[in-house]
Amino acid sequence: MAETSAITDEMRAAIGKEWEPFTVEVDKTAVRMFARAVGYTDLIYFDEEYAKSKGYRSLPCPVGFVGHPIHRPDRASRPAYVMPFQTPYKRVLNGGTDFEYYEPVCAGDVLTATTKVVDMVERAGSMGPMLFITSDTIYKNQQGRAVAKFRGTLIQY
Amino acid sequence: MSQVYFEDVQEGQEIPVLTEKCTSQRLVMWAAGSGDFYQIHYDKDFAQGNGLPDRITHGALKHALLGRLLHEWVSDGGRVKKVACQYRGMDMVNEDVICHGVVKRKYQEGGENLVDLDIWTETPLGQKTTPGAAVVALPSRGG
Repeated sequence: MAETSAITDEMRAAIGKEWEPFTVEVDKTAVRMFARAVGYTDLIYFDEEYAKSKGYRSLPCPVGFVGHPIHRPDRASRPAYVMPFQTPYKRVLNGGTDFEYYEPVCAGDVLTATTKVVDMVERAGSMGPMLFITSDTIYKNQQGRAVAKFRGTLIQY
Repeated sequence: MSQVYFEDVQEGQEIPVLTEKCTSQRLVMWAAGSGDFYQIHYDKDFAQGNGLPDRITHGALKHALLGRLLHEWVSDGGRVKKVACQYRGMDMVNEDVICHGVVKRKYQEGGENLVDLDIWTETPLGQKTTPGAAVVALPSRGG
Protein backbone atom coordinates (compact mmCIF):
# COMPACT_ATOMS: atom_id res chain seq x y z
CA MET A 1 0.00 0.00 0.00
CA ALA A 2 1.29 3.44 -0.90
CA GLU A 3 2.21 5.76 1.94
CA THR A 4 -0.46 8.23 0.94
CA SER A 5 -3.40 6.50 -0.68
CA ALA A 6 -5.35 8.14 -3.49
CA ILE A 7 -8.33 5.95 -2.63
CA THR A 8 -10.79 8.12 -0.72
CA ASP A 9 -13.63 6.94 1.49
CA GLU A 10 -16.03 7.93 -1.30
CA MET A 11 -14.17 5.69 -3.74
CA ARG A 12 -13.97 2.80 -1.29
CA ALA A 13 -17.70 3.08 -0.61
CA ALA A 14 -18.36 2.65 -4.36
CA ILE A 15 -16.88 -0.86 -4.42
CA GLY A 16 -19.63 -3.43 -4.87
CA LYS A 17 -22.35 -0.84 -5.45
CA GLU A 18 -24.29 -1.31 -8.69
CA TRP A 19 -24.64 1.69 -10.97
CA GLU A 20 -27.91 2.65 -12.61
CA PRO A 21 -28.59 -0.09 -15.22
CA PHE A 22 -28.36 1.02 -18.85
CA THR A 23 -30.05 -0.30 -21.97
CA VAL A 24 -28.09 -1.58 -24.92
CA GLU A 25 -29.58 -2.14 -28.35
CA VAL A 26 -27.91 -4.56 -30.74
CA ASP A 27 -28.68 -3.78 -34.34
CA LYS A 28 -27.51 -5.05 -37.70
CA THR A 29 -25.70 -1.94 -38.87
CA ALA A 30 -23.76 -1.74 -35.61
CA VAL A 31 -22.74 -5.42 -35.86
CA ARG A 32 -21.53 -4.84 -39.43
CA MET A 33 -19.60 -1.69 -38.50
CA PHE A 34 -17.87 -3.43 -35.61
CA ALA A 35 -17.05 -6.57 -37.64
CA ARG A 36 -15.72 -4.43 -40.50
CA ALA A 37 -13.48 -2.45 -38.12
CA VAL A 38 -11.95 -5.71 -36.85
CA GLY A 39 -11.42 -6.99 -40.41
CA TYR A 40 -13.78 -9.98 -40.29
CA THR A 41 -14.61 -11.65 -43.59
CA ASP A 42 -17.05 -14.27 -42.19
CA LEU A 43 -20.43 -13.41 -43.71
CA ILE A 44 -22.32 -14.37 -40.53
CA TYR A 45 -21.55 -10.79 -39.38
CA PHE A 46 -22.79 -9.14 -42.58
CA ASP A 47 -25.50 -11.23 -44.31
CA GLU A 48 -28.55 -12.05 -42.21
CA GLU A 49 -29.78 -14.92 -44.41
CA TYR A 50 -26.31 -16.48 -44.28
CA ALA A 51 -26.22 -16.07 -40.48
CA LYS A 52 -29.62 -17.82 -40.25
CA SER A 53 -28.31 -20.66 -42.41
CA LYS A 54 -25.62 -21.13 -39.75
CA GLY A 55 -28.20 -21.35 -36.96
CA TYR A 56 -28.25 -17.77 -35.67
CA ARG A 57 -31.43 -15.74 -35.15
CA SER A 58 -29.84 -12.77 -36.96
CA LEU A 59 -26.30 -11.33 -37.26
CA PRO A 60 -24.42 -12.49 -34.14
CA CYS A 61 -22.14 -10.17 -32.14
CA PRO A 62 -18.40 -10.60 -32.76
CA VAL A 63 -16.17 -11.01 -29.69
CA GLY A 64 -15.94 -7.71 -27.81
CA PHE A 65 -19.28 -6.37 -29.02
CA VAL A 66 -22.54 -6.37 -27.09
CA GLY A 67 -24.28 -3.45 -28.79
CA HIS A 68 -24.08 0.23 -27.98
CA PRO A 69 -25.57 2.06 -25.00
CA ILE A 70 -28.36 4.34 -26.21
CA HIS A 71 -27.04 7.89 -26.57
CA ARG A 72 -29.40 10.67 -25.50
CA PRO A 73 -28.12 14.22 -26.09
CA ASP A 74 -30.64 15.55 -23.59
CA ARG A 75 -29.15 13.50 -20.77
CA ALA A 76 -25.67 13.45 -19.33
CA SER A 77 -23.83 10.45 -20.65
CA ARG A 78 -20.80 9.05 -18.96
CA PRO A 79 -18.15 7.43 -21.12
CA ALA A 80 -17.17 3.96 -19.90
CA TYR A 81 -13.77 5.24 -18.81
CA VAL A 82 -15.18 7.82 -16.41
CA MET A 83 -16.00 6.52 -12.94
CA PRO A 84 -18.97 7.78 -10.93
CA PHE A 85 -16.62 9.30 -8.36
CA GLN A 86 -13.77 11.82 -8.26
CA THR A 87 -10.18 10.59 -8.39
CA PRO A 88 -6.99 12.71 -8.28
CA TYR A 89 -5.80 11.51 -11.70
CA LYS A 90 -6.50 13.13 -15.06
CA ARG A 91 -5.20 10.50 -17.45
CA VAL A 92 -6.70 7.13 -18.20
CA LEU A 93 -5.56 4.00 -20.01
CA ASN A 94 -7.36 0.75 -20.67
CA GLY A 95 -5.72 -1.94 -18.52
CA GLY A 96 -7.51 -5.03 -19.71
CA THR A 97 -10.64 -6.58 -21.18
CA ASP A 98 -12.29 -9.87 -20.25
CA PHE A 99 -15.43 -10.96 -22.09
CA GLU A 100 -17.29 -14.13 -21.29
CA TYR A 101 -20.28 -15.26 -23.36
CA TYR A 102 -22.96 -17.54 -21.97
CA GLU A 103 -24.98 -17.63 -25.19
CA PRO A 104 -24.89 -15.83 -28.56
CA VAL A 105 -26.06 -12.22 -28.62
CA CYS A 106 -27.68 -11.31 -31.95
CA ALA A 107 -28.98 -8.23 -33.74
CA GLY A 108 -32.48 -7.47 -32.48
CA ASP A 109 -31.58 -8.19 -28.88
CA VAL A 110 -32.13 -5.48 -26.27
CA LEU A 111 -29.88 -5.94 -23.27
CA THR A 112 -29.90 -4.50 -19.78
CA ALA A 113 -26.42 -3.90 -18.42
CA THR A 114 -25.49 -3.48 -14.78
CA THR A 115 -22.01 -2.38 -13.71
CA LYS A 116 -20.23 -2.36 -10.38
CA VAL A 117 -16.66 -1.67 -9.31
CA VAL A 118 -15.18 -4.84 -7.83
CA ASP A 119 -11.61 -3.81 -6.97
CA MET A 120 -9.20 -0.88 -6.68
CA VAL A 121 -5.44 -1.31 -6.45
CA GLU A 122 -2.64 1.27 -6.35
CA ARG A 123 0.73 0.54 -7.95
CA ALA A 124 3.87 2.47 -8.75
CA GLY A 125 4.22 2.60 -12.53
CA SER A 126 6.78 3.95 -14.97
CA MET A 127 4.65 7.08 -15.35
CA GLY A 128 4.17 7.62 -11.59
CA PRO A 129 1.53 6.31 -9.20
CA MET A 130 -1.26 4.41 -10.92
CA LEU A 131 -4.70 3.36 -9.83
CA PHE A 132 -6.20 0.15 -11.28
CA ILE A 133 -9.99 0.02 -11.12
CA THR A 134 -11.68 -3.27 -12.03
CA SER A 135 -15.39 -3.32 -12.80
CA ASP A 136 -17.85 -6.01 -13.88
CA THR A 137 -20.81 -5.52 -16.19
CA ILE A 138 -23.48 -8.20 -16.52
CA TYR A 139 -25.62 -8.12 -19.68
CA LYS A 140 -29.11 -9.64 -19.50
CA ASN A 141 -31.26 -10.18 -22.57
CA GLN A 142 -34.93 -9.36 -23.10
CA GLN A 143 -35.84 -12.71 -21.44
CA GLY A 144 -33.85 -11.76 -18.35
CA ARG A 145 -31.09 -14.33 -18.93
CA ALA A 146 -27.46 -13.31 -18.36
CA VAL A 147 -25.83 -13.62 -21.80
CA ALA A 148 -22.44 -12.00 -21.28
CA LYS A 149 -20.11 -10.70 -18.61
CA PHE A 150 -17.56 -7.97 -19.18
CA ARG A 151 -14.69 -7.31 -16.76
CA GLY A 152 -12.74 -4.17 -17.51
CA THR A 153 -9.63 -2.76 -15.87
CA LEU A 154 -9.14 0.99 -16.04
CA ILE A 155 -5.80 2.58 -15.24
CA GLN A 156 -5.76 6.17 -13.96
CA TYR A 157 -2.47 8.01 -13.58
CA MET B 1 -12.61 -22.47 -43.69
CA SER B 2 -11.91 -26.09 -42.85
CA GLN B 3 -13.34 -27.24 -39.54
CA VAL B 4 -11.01 -28.05 -36.64
CA TYR B 5 -12.28 -30.85 -34.38
CA PHE B 6 -11.66 -31.46 -30.68
CA GLU B 7 -9.95 -34.80 -31.40
CA ASP B 8 -7.37 -33.14 -33.66
CA VAL B 9 -6.22 -30.57 -31.09
CA GLN B 10 -3.09 -31.18 -29.01
CA GLU B 11 -1.84 -29.35 -25.96
CA GLY B 12 1.06 -27.10 -26.93
CA GLN B 13 -0.24 -26.71 -30.47
CA GLU B 14 0.03 -23.22 -31.98
CA ILE B 15 -3.00 -21.98 -33.91
CA PRO B 16 -2.65 -20.02 -37.19
CA VAL B 17 -1.31 -16.50 -36.64
CA LEU B 18 -3.42 -13.44 -37.51
CA THR B 19 -1.65 -10.20 -38.52
CA GLU B 20 -3.55 -6.93 -38.90
CA LYS B 21 -1.98 -3.56 -39.62
CA CYS B 22 -3.65 -0.99 -37.40
CA THR B 23 -3.63 2.01 -39.74
CA SER B 24 -5.13 5.35 -38.73
CA GLN B 25 -8.09 4.43 -40.96
CA ARG B 26 -8.65 1.22 -39.01
CA LEU B 27 -8.46 3.12 -35.70
CA VAL B 28 -11.10 5.58 -36.95
CA MET B 29 -13.31 2.67 -38.10
CA TRP B 30 -12.82 1.13 -34.66
CA ALA B 31 -13.73 4.39 -32.92
CA ALA B 32 -17.02 4.46 -34.85
CA GLY B 33 -17.66 0.72 -34.51
CA SER B 34 -16.96 0.57 -30.80
CA GLY B 35 -18.16 4.04 -29.78
CA ASP B 36 -14.80 4.88 -28.13
CA PHE B 37 -13.93 8.39 -29.29
CA TYR B 38 -11.01 9.03 -26.92
CA GLN B 39 -8.69 11.31 -28.94
CA ILE B 40 -5.38 9.59 -28.09
CA HIS B 41 -6.29 7.07 -30.80
CA TYR B 42 -6.75 9.42 -33.76
CA ASP B 43 -5.51 12.94 -32.85
CA LYS B 44 -1.71 13.11 -32.88
CA ASP B 45 -1.52 16.50 -31.12
CA PHE B 46 -3.87 15.29 -28.39
CA ALA B 47 -1.90 12.06 -27.95
CA GLN B 48 1.39 13.94 -27.65
CA GLY B 49 -0.22 16.38 -25.22
CA ASN B 50 -0.92 13.32 -23.06
CA GLY B 51 2.73 12.30 -23.04
CA LEU B 52 2.45 9.66 -25.77
CA PRO B 53 4.85 9.53 -28.73
CA ASP B 54 1.96 9.24 -31.23
CA ARG B 55 -1.54 7.80 -31.57
CA ILE B 56 -1.87 4.34 -30.05
CA THR B 57 -3.99 1.38 -31.09
CA HIS B 58 -7.04 0.91 -28.87
CA GLY B 59 -6.58 -1.86 -26.33
CA ALA B 60 -10.10 -3.09 -27.02
CA LEU B 61 -9.28 -3.39 -30.73
CA LYS B 62 -6.43 -5.74 -29.83
CA HIS B 63 -8.91 -7.73 -27.70
CA ALA B 64 -11.30 -7.86 -30.65
CA LEU B 65 -8.49 -9.01 -32.97
CA LEU B 66 -7.67 -11.82 -30.53
CA GLY B 67 -11.38 -12.68 -30.70
CA ARG B 68 -11.17 -12.79 -34.51
CA LEU B 69 -8.05 -14.99 -34.32
CA LEU B 70 -10.04 -17.51 -32.26
CA HIS B 71 -13.25 -17.21 -34.29
CA GLU B 72 -11.38 -17.93 -37.51
CA TRP B 73 -9.70 -20.94 -35.89
CA VAL B 74 -12.82 -22.55 -34.38
CA SER B 75 -14.80 -21.83 -37.57
CA ASP B 76 -18.54 -22.53 -38.06
CA GLY B 77 -18.75 -25.54 -35.77
CA GLY B 78 -17.00 -24.00 -32.77
CA ARG B 79 -17.71 -21.14 -30.42
CA VAL B 80 -15.54 -18.56 -28.65
CA LYS B 81 -16.66 -18.51 -25.02
CA LYS B 82 -14.16 -16.30 -23.21
CA VAL B 83 -11.44 -13.87 -24.27
CA ALA B 84 -9.43 -12.01 -21.63
CA CYS B 85 -6.31 -9.91 -22.09
CA GLN B 86 -4.24 -7.29 -20.36
CA TYR B 87 -2.80 -4.21 -22.05
CA ARG B 88 0.79 -4.27 -20.81
CA GLY B 89 2.42 -2.36 -23.63
CA MET B 90 1.39 0.12 -26.28
CA ASP B 91 1.05 -0.56 -29.98
CA MET B 92 1.60 2.49 -32.17
CA VAL B 93 -0.58 3.51 -35.11
CA ASN B 94 0.38 2.04 -38.51
CA GLU B 95 2.06 -1.00 -36.97
CA ASP B 96 1.17 -4.67 -37.40
CA VAL B 97 -0.59 -6.30 -34.47
CA ILE B 98 0.39 -9.96 -34.62
CA CYS B 99 -2.04 -12.27 -32.81
CA HIS B 100 -0.99 -15.67 -31.47
CA GLY B 101 -2.62 -18.56 -29.63
CA VAL B 102 -1.29 -21.78 -28.11
CA VAL B 103 -3.46 -24.63 -26.80
CA LYS B 104 -2.94 -25.00 -23.07
CA ARG B 105 -5.48 -27.66 -22.09
CA LYS B 106 -8.33 -29.65 -23.62
CA TYR B 107 -11.12 -31.15 -21.55
CA GLN B 108 -14.81 -32.01 -21.48
CA GLU B 109 -17.15 -30.19 -19.14
CA GLY B 110 -20.92 -29.73 -19.04
CA GLY B 111 -21.30 -31.71 -22.26
CA GLU B 112 -18.93 -29.43 -24.15
CA ASN B 113 -15.50 -30.02 -25.69
CA LEU B 114 -13.47 -27.14 -24.31
CA VAL B 115 -10.02 -25.83 -25.09
CA ASP B 116 -8.08 -23.32 -22.97
CA LEU B 117 -5.54 -21.23 -24.84
CA ASP B 118 -2.82 -18.75 -24.02
CA ILE B 119 -3.25 -15.82 -26.38
CA TRP B 120 -1.22 -12.68 -26.98
CA THR B 121 -0.36 -9.95 -29.44
CA GLU B 122 3.15 -9.04 -30.53
CA THR B 123 4.64 -5.96 -32.13
CA PRO B 124 6.77 -6.33 -35.29
CA LEU B 125 9.80 -6.25 -32.94
CA GLY B 126 8.48 -9.26 -31.02
CA GLN B 127 7.36 -7.45 -27.87
CA LYS B 128 4.35 -9.17 -26.27
CA THR B 129 2.10 -6.21 -25.47
CA THR B 130 -1.20 -7.98 -24.82
CA PRO B 131 -1.04 -11.31 -22.98
CA GLY B 132 -4.27 -13.15 -22.26
CA ALA B 133 -6.28 -16.34 -21.97
CA ALA B 134 -9.23 -17.77 -23.85
CA VAL B 135 -11.74 -20.61 -23.78
CA VAL B 136 -13.34 -22.04 -26.91
CA ALA B 137 -15.73 -24.95 -27.57
CA LEU B 138 -15.05 -27.27 -30.50
CA PRO B 139 -17.19 -29.86 -32.26
CA SER B 140 -16.38 -33.55 -31.98
CA ARG B 141 -15.85 -35.87 -34.93
CA GLY B 142 -18.29 -38.17 -33.17
CA GLY B 143 -20.99 -35.47 -33.55
